[in-house]
Amino acid sequence: MTDAAPLAPLEDLGGEAQALLTVRGLTKHFPVRGDLFSPRKTVHAVDDVSFEVIKGETVGIVGESGCGKSTTARLLMHLMDYNSGDIIYDGMKIGRELSLRDLRRAMQMVFQDSYASLNPRLTIEDSIAFGPKVHGMAAAEAQTLARDLLGKVGLRPETFANRYPHEISGGQRQRVNIARALALSPRLVILDEAVSALDKSVEAQVLNLLVNLKREFGLTYIFISHDLNVVRYISDRVLVMYLGQVVELGPIDSVWGEPAHPYTRALLAAMPTSDPDNRTQTAPITGDPPNPIDPPKACRFHTRCPFVEQVCSTVAPKLSNIGTDGHQAACHMATAGSGHSRAPQQDATA
Amino acid sequence: MSAISEPALQVPAKTKSSGYWATVGRRLLRDKLSVLCAVILLTILLAALFAPWLGLADPYQGSMIRRLRPIGTPNYLLGTDELGRDMLARLVYGGRLSLLTGILPVFLAFIAGTTLGLIAGYAGGKLNTIIMRTVDVFFAFPSVLLAIAISGALGAGILNSVVSLTIVFIPQITRVAESVTTGVRNRDFVEAARASGADTLTIMRVHMLGNVLGPIFVYATGLISVSMILASGLSFLGLGTKPPEPEWGLMLNTLRTAIYANPVVAALPGVMIFAVSICFNLLSDGLRSAMDIRN
Repeated sequence: MTDAAPLAPLEDLGGEAQALLTVRGLTKHFPVRGDLFSPRKTVHAVDDVSFEVIKGETVGIVGESGCGKSTTARLLMHLMDYNSGDIIYDGMKIGRELSLRDLRRAMQMVFQDSYASLNPRLTIEDSIAFGPKVHGMAAAEAQTLARDLLGKVGLRPETFANRYPHEISGGQRQRVNIARALALSPRLVILDEAVSALDKSVEAQVLNLLVNLKREFGLTYIFISHDLNVVRYISDRVLVMYLGQVVELGPIDSVWGEPAHPYTRALLAAMPTSDPDNRTQTAPITGDPPNPIDPPKACRFHTRCPFVEQVCSTVAPKLSNIGTDGHQAACHMATAGSGHSRAPQQDATA
Repeated sequence: MSAISEPALQVPAKTKSSGYWATVGRRLLRDKLSVLCAVILLTILLAALFAPWLGLADPYQGSMIRRLRPIGTPNYLLGTDELGRDMLARLVYGGRLSLLTGILPVFLAFIAGTTLGLIAGYAGGKLNTIIMRTVDVFFAFPSVLLAIAISGALGAGILNSVVSLTIVFIPQITRVAESVTTGVRNRDFVEAARASGADTLTIMRVHMLGNVLGPIFVYATGLISVSMILASGLSFLGLGTKPPEPEWGLMLNTLRTAIYANPVVAALPGVMIFAVSICFNLLSDGLRSAMDIRN
């Protein structure tokens, strides 16, 4: 290696068995200012979201726009405050055992808009070196580290180091953003629609780069996307969100193979295929997602669900196990004894 | 270490790129119009600064027999004013006070207004409301009225008129600074900087300032001409410069009685104000496009 030793990553405390990130009951409500005569309203952006991220895995988060994916990412990064809930990193509660400053080293994020997320007035080398300098690395050392990282993300440092963001392509910029995230030696990287804005061919290159970097640096990813094919390719486990809530989660093969929640089924059915013998047969779900200012009571999907019954609008379904592999869904049809006519003991298939 | 980044190591880590401001300077020098404006401004500034050593006539020495001579009169290159004083000398000496009352209030207001606007725009929320609503109070008064009121309260004198003009310009610059800051603040790179653990001051210095200063600077330079006119208005009311003193705005006012007798000479102080303000405007325009390194 070189004399520019990267910042030491935070120590692995709990070992393999302990989840790298535990999120419990994460809730974020945005107040919306009412006018003079109507009371304040709240947007239920993220509501009681709980999940775990195991060390070394990639967790995908999918859902349509406005479902709270990006808000979740920003909450995890502590770029905004949450109303309630716990975020625990490697056994340490953030804000208590783990300082916010150390959290920045532990967790980094790559944003969707590769151009907006780079300062147009800094060379890309300076952009990458900014984080390490903030954490006390000498300027010259940070510069060498930045050049090192440029090489690691496949950009020749002598060609790119002194360029400005507008002088390079979208794919190259996203590589720079990835290098910037890695400059602090994080163990968890949140990729918020990180490849969504790229051309398909460039997207594939960047995805492969992400896979390689994960192996090289022993990273853990949270991969947020609306592109189900990409999520399938990169994720070990997946989380399906609808209107600020987790409706289904589990190993990707299990969720994709046997989706239990009607929303997941609709999402997967809406996925365009390139196989002419396997055309999309089912009709897509209709309508727009309801307004998160006043989300539907009980099951939030009941206004669009083809299988809606009385129980769906009166009792909120809880995440319950479907298989033994950790596959869970929040649907009365998947919960035995829920009172839904399609609940397991009567008719499991739909 | 992958092979691809090997050559980078031969480059000493210290050789930084020429830097953002060096790039801006180089681009500005390539813009002929900006360079011309800079030269004109520099000439006026240096002439005003070194006026006593330029061998000019006494700007206070009048004569009843040679009043309002036209331009080109021997010994009086730019003619004489309504009291027979040499216009060239008065214009050069007048630059001292005019540039002072034109530039200094804007400069002071630029510093104060940018600071306030940056804070209001970056902090948002309650602090923004407090700062911006306070600023709004000042917008309730026309700037001339406000300048007169403050100047009158403080008493006559050049220093006091500089103070009052500064107070007049602070709200305007704060308003612009706040809106530009709010726009930049919501960009992802500021979020990314926060996500890297940088404190607010570092983010302001490294990420906000460079992206915010350009538009504010352009707006502020546009205020220089306004400042010179307002200052002359104050002088006219006896709140700023006192009559024998040469100052462009004041000269414009006293020469207005001679506008029918010798319109060209009467217009000269106005030409100076016009030249200085248009040069400042064009220069700041050039600077703005030089700072926008995307083109």
